[in-house]
Amino acid sequence: MKKVYAREEYCTGCGLCQVHCITAHSPYKDNIVKAYKKTFPRPLPRVIVEEQRPVSFALQCRHCEDAPCVKACITGAMQRDPATGVVNNDESRCVGCWTCILVCPHGAVARDERGKKAASKCDMCSGIHEVPACVAGCPNGALEYRGEREKEA
Amino acid sequence: MEYCIVGNSAAAIGAVEGIRKRDKTGRITVVSAEIYHTYSRPLISYYLAGKVKIDKMYYRPLGFYEHNGIRFIGGKPAAALDTKGRKVVLACGDEIPYDRLLVATGGKPFVPAIDGLDKKNIFTFHKLDDVKAIEKALDGRARAIIIGAGLIGMKAAEALSCLGAEVIVVELANRVLSSILDEQAGALVRDVMENHGIRFVFENTVKRVLGEERVTGVELADGNRLECDLLIVAIGVIPNTDLVKNSPVPVNRGIVVNKKMETGLPGIYAAGDVAEGDDAVLGVRRVIPILPNAYRQGEIAGLNMAGDEAAFSGGFAMNAIGFFGYSIATAGVPGGPDYEELAVLDPDERTYRKIVLKNNRLVGFIAMKDINRIGMLTGLIQEGTNVGSFKEKLVKTDFGYLDWPCELRRERVLAGGGL
Ligand SMILES: Cc1cc2nc3c(=O)[nH]c(=O)nc-3n(C[C@H](O)[C@H](O)[C@H](O)COP(=O)(O)OP(=O)(O)OC[C@H]3O[C@@H](n4cnc5c(N)ncnc54)[C@H](O)[C@@H]3O)c2cc1C
Ligand code: SF4
Ligand code: SF4
Repeated sequence: MKKVYAREEYCTGCGLCQVHCITAHSPYKDNIVKAYKKTFPRPLPRVIVEEQRPVSFALQCRHCEDAPCVKACITGAMQRDPATGVVNNDESRCVGCWTCILVCPHGAVARDERGKKAASKCDMCSGIHEVPACVAGCPNGALEYRGEREKEA
Repeated sequence: MEYCIVGNSAAAIGAVEGIRKRDKTGRITVVSAEIYHTYSRPLISYYLAGKVKIDKMYYRPLGFYEHNGIRFIGGKPAAALDTKGRKVVLACGDEIPYDRLLVATGGKPFVPAIDGLDKKNIFTFHKLDDVKAIEKALDGRARAIIIGAGLIGMKAAEALSCLGAEVIVVELANRVLSSILDEQAGALVRDVMENHGIRFVFENTVKRVLGEERVTGVELADGNRLECDLLIVAIGVIPNTDLVKNSPVPVNRGIVVNKKMETGLPGIYAAGDVAEGDDAVLGVRRVIPILPNAYRQGEIAGLNMAGDEAAFSGGFAMNAIGFFGYSIATAGVPGGPDYEELAVLDPDERTYRKIVLKNNRLVGFIAMKDINRIGMLTGLIQEGTNVGSFKEKLVKTDFGYLDWPCELRRERVLAGGGL
């Protein structure tokens, strides 16, 4: 399947990937201003930016083939879509037990405790955009969307 | 191929999904003592507290059995195995033939011989029917006594307290959750629970249950008496090996299996809380009674039942639990004199993080309140990575990939999920 890969040599740590991720998961998927000014609570970013000058890079769920989070989920909310390979959390069934956080080796799941507790993670913008918003929105080409066996650009 | 799975919980569902990866057409019969569609056992405390409704408890969506071509027989316990005739005999007398059988009967509550346990309003806390019965018995501001401050007793205490009950927990050890937490961590959780009105009696136990027809109180080992309207026994869970008791299937504490989850008897497998699998951290065979382990073992069993060659790479203890919104994550060994320990405690913030090492390998951790990205540590335990060069960083609450040695980090991140 196609995944998002970080190219840390191009990342400036600007955080725009997070802005675009938040926007895509708000009710105003194409409007940053409305997403920020009219959405309460604002979605959490599903991409993490790690930074320790001069190195920085963005990381999201790796959509593991043998996904530990799916096997460990106590409710069955976390599932891998058999058609697309995307690992998705059904937030309506998630109870916020954080077992997925306990087992995700990449630390790619966040706690959303602001409303109904739910695990928040990258969904590859499934059903929102063709190309994940973080990739499309990165001004520096520091995120790449490609197949596993395709060569780096 | 005729498959029979006894049990309908995490291990059983793992097996169904494992079988169906390899064999789309073989007949699968799932036999369950409980009548319900497969549900998440850990959610029974959420159900009792009113946090989830039954339709959000299903471990797989309604339609799962039809979709997977399963014959589901619910509410009919299996009573015996005929290993020669390759049949499972149900309590009602029906017989289910099999080529491949999975015993996934899980655990059952351990109930010690306490005088007076036959009275009304005494419960265990293990299945949906238990909490439905507790729900019925609850009446206004009930006073509840819970025996055991382990995971189940503590979850029961939280749920009952959310419903307005007065709760006292009686525990033999000197602290809560003693199997997974050390003294510092135990004190932090106890404090959270006490702030919500839950009372504890440590280093003590119930000697006798008081009351006529219904429970009215308990007498403790030290002679003191406590009053209650409701008593919950949550001392522990033991492997539910009843089904194989009079069969040649080898049983130690749980059913003994090899890495393929085979019992050694032709066509018979076991997985989940009823089975003894490899503990990858302790290097022993033992029952690891947690849901992720049950699912993984079930899936491995299912793959092998369908003719694959899959091996269980071993599990280890791990728990993510919360009480009144206070989060706890632990894995592996909680510490001890044979290990190197690094810890950071902030009692005011109620945060604590301890990592446990042996020969520069991470073998356990305890994380309290701040559990973000904690799975990175679980991954390091699982993979047996040598963390010698960055071990001091593992206690940081913001531990991330940039704290890893560059090479290791690149390898991991670029692996793109081939883990
Ligand atoms: C209150 C509570 C909270 C928990 N919380 C957590 C948690 O947060 N995280 C975690 O990892 N684990 C938790 N656990 C443990 C977890 O639920 C178990 O590890 C897991 O359910 C084990 O799965 P299993 O499939 O092996 O067996 P079980 O879930 O025990 O299921 C056994 C199945 O076998 C059936 N069965 C039994 N005997 C027969 C028979 N003779 N004939 C036919 N069917 C039979 C039962 O009906 C059931 O369907 C919790 C457990 C409890 C009780
Ligand atoms: S959340 Fe973590 S474990 Fe689950 S698929 Fe994504 S990277 Fe893998
Ligand atoms: S937090 Fe939600 S998605 Fe994660 S394991 Fe728990 S129920 Fe599943």
